[in-house]
Amino acid sequence: MYQYTLKRMLLMIPTLLGAGILVFILMRLIPGDICVLRMAGGSGYVDPKAIANCHAELGLDRSPVMQFLDFIWGFARFDFGNSMWTGRPIVEEISLRFELSLQIAIMATLTAILLAIPLGTISAVKQNTWIDYLVRGFSIAGIAMPSFWLGILIILGLLITTKSVFGTPWMPPIKYVPIWVDPLYNLSMTIFPALATGYRYSAVATRMTRSALLEVLREDYVRTARAKGLVQQVIIRRHALKNALLPVVTIIGIEFAFLMGGLVVTEQVFNLNGLGKLFVASVSNHDYAMTQALVMLVVAIFIFTNFVVDIVYAWLDPRIRYK
Amino acid sequence: MTKLLEIESLQTHFFTSAGVVRAVDGISYDVDEGETIAIVGESGCGKSVSALSVLRLVADPPGRVVGGSIRFKGRDLLQLSEEEIRDVRGKDIAMVFQEPMTSLNPVLTIGRQLTETLQQHLHMSREQADARAIELLGLVGIAEPARRLKQYPHHFSGGMRQRVMIAMALCCNPKLIIADEPTTALDVTIQAQILELMKDLTRRFGVALIVITHNLGIVARYADRVNVMYAGKIIESGTAQHIYHDPQHPYTLALLRSVPRMDRPRQARLDPVQGQPPDLTRLDGGCAFRPRCGFAVSRCASLPPLDGVGAGHLAACWETETVAGSLQRAS
Repeated sequence: MYQYTLKRMLLMIPTLLGAGILVFILMRLIPGDICVLRMAGGSGYVDPKAIANCHAELGLDRSPVMQFLDFIWGFARFDFGNSMWTGRPIVEEISLRFELSLQIAIMATLTAILLAIPLGTISAVKQNTWIDYLVRGFSIAGIAMPSFWLGILIILGLLITTKSVFGTPWMPPIKYVPIWVDPLYNLSMTIFPALATGYRYSAVATRMTRSALLEVLREDYVRTARAKGLVQQVIIRRHALKNALLPVVTIIGIEFAFLMGGLVVTEQVFNLNGLGKLFVASVSNHDYAMTQALVMLVVAIFIFTNFVVDIVYAWLDPRIRYK
Repeated sequence: MTKLLEIESLQTHFFTSAGVVRAVDGISYDVDEGETIAIVGESGCGKSVSALSVLRLVADPPGRVVGGSIRFKGRDLLQLSEEEIRDVRGKDIAMVFQEPMTSLNPVLTIGRQLTETLQQHLHMSREQADARAIELLGLVGIAEPARRLKQYPHHFSGGMRQRVMIAMALCCNPKLIIADEPTTALDVTIQAQILELMKDLTRRFGVALIVITHNLGIVARYADRVNVMYAGKIIESGTAQHIYHDPQHPYTLALLRSVPRMDRPRQARLDPVQGQPPDLTRLDGGCAFRPRCGFAVSRCASLPPLDGVGAGHLAACWETETVAGSLQRAS
């Protein structure tokens, strides 16, 4: 196990390097120039000399190879440099938003798990009854509804109900406060986006749980468990669910990693200052340094989540052992 | 003496889109305490379904027991509540299944799978159950039972897993074990070991045994009585002696002729049962074996009853005398 972990860690290096090369080239293929953008907002005349100065200041006048080596070397030392747009240290900019994005991703994942596994199980056990149809309808709706639209509905709903109940409309707060500072305030801000994205994310997992469980319930060992006189709940919980959860864990892992950088629209709707928003801003500003750092971060999160998923696999299924 | 198990006119049907499959169509037989009964027939004749019906384990939908009664120690199992039948399963009547490779849960330890039955039915503590599980594994001939308890099914070979299944079946001292093709999936050398083990243990603990098989060799050696099934019905019933040496039904005769025998001169070729088993959705009112039968006469278009042809020997055929006569001529 120890050896396996070490091997996985070492494998991260080529993956990250590959991702680094890709984002470095892609960013430079996008037409546009951060210096022009910074001085003229993308239009109007700018003195070429000023642009040259700006390039020199950001190190963009050097050869691409040098720039790349500089980026990788900095990354290896966990020194990401400063944002080309704001000039502030990238670590600071990211950590400001990372907390919020991580919290929402975790909360959305929890929402999804708490919805998907019980609902998927009930739906499979009560296959082709009205409960099953209800759950399937609920999960289809989750897949069909974009989470930003659901977000807008939630906000509107909040405004209308609070206005009719308290007289004044209430909106979730906008300024992020860490959960350990003021849990109530923090949750009143994060719970709604987490529910909106968690619901959507649960829909896929619910359907996966249902179909995997239906398959497992037809297995011989479930019949053996019934022949032993076990109670239905024990059969489902101990014998069936553990076998059915493998594919569910996979998609939950992938979705979690996706949530860390991909919540662009939902963040927009709820006015959250998360990683998704920072991502979009840094790409459109041609902030090479920031985009590169963000991509590397998301890739690292993906790799880490996959690793955790593999560990969960081994825990669920004793036939899987890593060497 | 009351019978341990009395099955009467049991009917289990499957309701499929292709029509109603009459997998078990009115079978009746008894099992005495400590007795070994064999149910023989080719694939799809309803023998497994009849066994699953006893513990109400037929998947519903599509299958359902639609008629008859199954009395175990006088209680009709078909009338019990879900809770009551759960108490019978694994405790009074246990099952051993065909596929030891898939019948054990791959993600639970052998120990867990053994002890959960003990905890469920006998309300043992974890320690008591562990001790009993170790004892059981020793009983079925597994070396180092304490260490094996913590292992998973994939650490065991097929034969070893079937031993575990037998240990599981025995764990609550049942009165009856139903073994559904317990050796079909095993190597021939292992088959004999497993059968000897089952015979030995059931004798020792006075457990009655229903063995479902298509292997006539097993029947000859282990069964006190034999029921031959064809197309959802019992077509002949008697002692192993009757079935082997004095078959009265053409199907039994055909089955015996299709098996290579060491005690007979080597034939040039075996004599398989001609034709295919019938489609169970389209049975007419007559004898179901009629299209494949060499003895068929016009009377076979009406269903022959399962009638006594000797002491404790029943056969469902109009032409039993001709069949018996042909046997005498042949030998």
